[in-house]
Amino acid sequence: MTEPTIYELSSPGRTGVRFPEPDVPLTHLPQSLMREQLPLPELSEMDVIRHFTHLSSLNYCIDGGLYPLGSCTMKYNPKINEETARLEGFAYTHPLQPEVTIQGNLALMYDLQETLKEVAGFAAVTLQPAAGAQGEFTGVMIIRDYHRSRGDAKRTKILIPDSAHGTNPATSAMSGFEVVALPSDARGNVDLAKLREVCDDTVAGLMLTNPNTLGIFDENVVEVINIVHQAGGLVYGDGANLNALLGIVRPGDLGIDIMHFNLHKTFSTPHGGGGPGSGPVGVAAHLADFLPTPLVGILEKATADLPPLYGFIKPPKSIGRVKSFFGQFGMFVRAYTYIRMHGPEGLRKVSEYAVLNANYLLAKLGDAYHLPYKRTCMHEFVVEGCWPDIPDVHALDIAKRLMDYKFHPPTNYFPLIVHEALMVEPTETESKQSLDAFAEALLAIAKEARETPELLKEAPHDTPIGRLDEVKAAKELVLCCWLPEEN
Amino acid sequence: MNVPENLKYTHSDEWLAIDGNVATLGVTDYAQDQLSDIVFVEITVDKGDSIKKLTHVATIESVKAAADVNSPISGKITEVNESLSNNPELVNNEPFGKAWMIKLEIADQAELSSLMDAKAYAEYCSTRGH
Repeated sequence: MTEPTIYELSSPGRTGVRFPEPDVPLTHLPQSLMREQLPLPELSEMDVIRHFTHLSSLNYCIDGGLYPLGSCTMKYNPKINEETARLEGFAYTHPLQPEVTIQGNLALMYDLQETLKEVAGFAAVTLQPAAGAQGEFTGVMIIRDYHRSRGDAKRTKILIPDSAHGTNPATSAMSGFEVVALPSDARGNVDLAKLREVCDDTVAGLMLTNPNTLGIFDENVVEVINIVHQAGGLVYGDGANLNALLGIVRPGDLGIDIMHFNLHKTFSTPHGGGGPGSGPVGVAAHLADFLPTPLVGILEKATADLPPLYGFIKPPKSIGRVKSFFGQFGMFVRAYTYIRMHGPEGLRKVSEYAVLNANYLLAKLGDAYHLPYKRTCMHEFVVEGCWPDIPDVHALDIAKRLMDYKFHPPTNYFPLIVHEALMVEPTETESKQSLDAFAEALLAIAKEARETPELLKEAPHDTPIGRLDEVKAAKELVLCCWLPEEN
Repeated sequence: MNVPENLKYTHSDEWLAIDGNVATLGVTDYAQDQLSDIVFVEITVDKGDSIKKLTHVATIESVKAAADVNSPISGKITEVNESLSNNPELVNNEPFGKAWMIKLEIADQAELSSLMDAKAYAEYCSTRGH
């Protein structure tokens, strides 16, 4: 059964709020600004609460079950993060307050910048970007300004391996660069011969996702970086897969020049509908002057009696602002809490367990699902969601059938270099029991695909709404219950 | 899978019909099958444009993925298929017919030599998954 829309629940004259009599003089708006019709729904408070409570119960969430959405790191978000973010000193501050009155916030931001530098091996970090894609944009604008500042105007290309995140080419194109795709070799690494062939003085940089979207660590990463550097280019690291590396490898130590972090992936701040993302960017020393403004710095050092005075500073060659105010402060509190709760050893364990969990699942599924690149995976892996002997069953059917088993489907049809891709990332927070249950569901579906394929083709059966018509949804873009009348 | 005999093919699943100095370009049956239901087609070049080999000429979007169509040859665009933007499903239904994308005057006949014939393309597809 589907829930009616709030417009369908509307009953004429019903209200949830009774406005008090005005206690200020009435002002009449100009007639030109008045409208006769505004068909908002009319409901009581209880109608509204029940409607949205019911809708929320239909939603799948990490607090309700495993969420193996590859490349998204849908890890559990510890509830203590919510406690700290709601502490009055953080929750009731305003970005326009004088700096001297928000020293606690600035201290937290400064410490988070320092911690992220340490975690990933960079010289400086900005917390400003709103999420991962804006972090990429920030990084690519830094690449652009770095070359320009050296009078090097001919670098117009950004190289992107075909195993990179899809946002990488979009970011480069949006920043005015020409995108050159690089193929993968037979082991899923960047094809070094091809990389050498295209590296010349027109290359501004390379955007590297490592581990890549196959869940594979590029064994030649240092060589890849050296080749780009020798050609005068910079290397951008897509930090969306940092969850595999914490405390084990520091991207900055590998020679990566710039990288964004996804606080909403690696550092357990809410992801998706639960809150805004946050995409800090770290850079090596030669790029620190280009970071967006402002950064949090220490204006006056601590003395025996006083803590340091924190304030905002502008890097000398800054690319400018990329976001209003200072970024998603509430997310900084959550990420900082997560980092301090874990400590260095704990963060390393996060990655070790994320990799172990993915490999455990892969070992359980490897006989039933075809793995195109036969290697130990990192924090996620990609299998083919199809079998040569059942040509009618596709990755989409498997994904939809998983919903009947009460699991969120994995990412599907990405990366594009794997046929009928299913990209699974269990994260470190799942227990062995939970991984076993998920594996059993996928094994049962593989069996059903042969014995009762119609169960897959018609799935999902047990959800409030069955299989959606994706073609119609993409073609008929009607998103409104009503349209304002044309004047 | 349909692979017409009289066409030339690329490794990125475009087909070319050669008629003297004029080439017609589209995407293959294999490509549309892999993409599944196509919901959006945008031709990104205009009549009269001179394009180089590997110029991006169209974007196709299906419920699964988006794909670029590139011209394997250089030339001058003489015609673009306006009907695809309103009828993207033509690419699924008639990939070798009504879903042609552009016509162009061939600038360099030598560029045709790197294209595959039907037999080579069918073999190539048979090695790429199922």
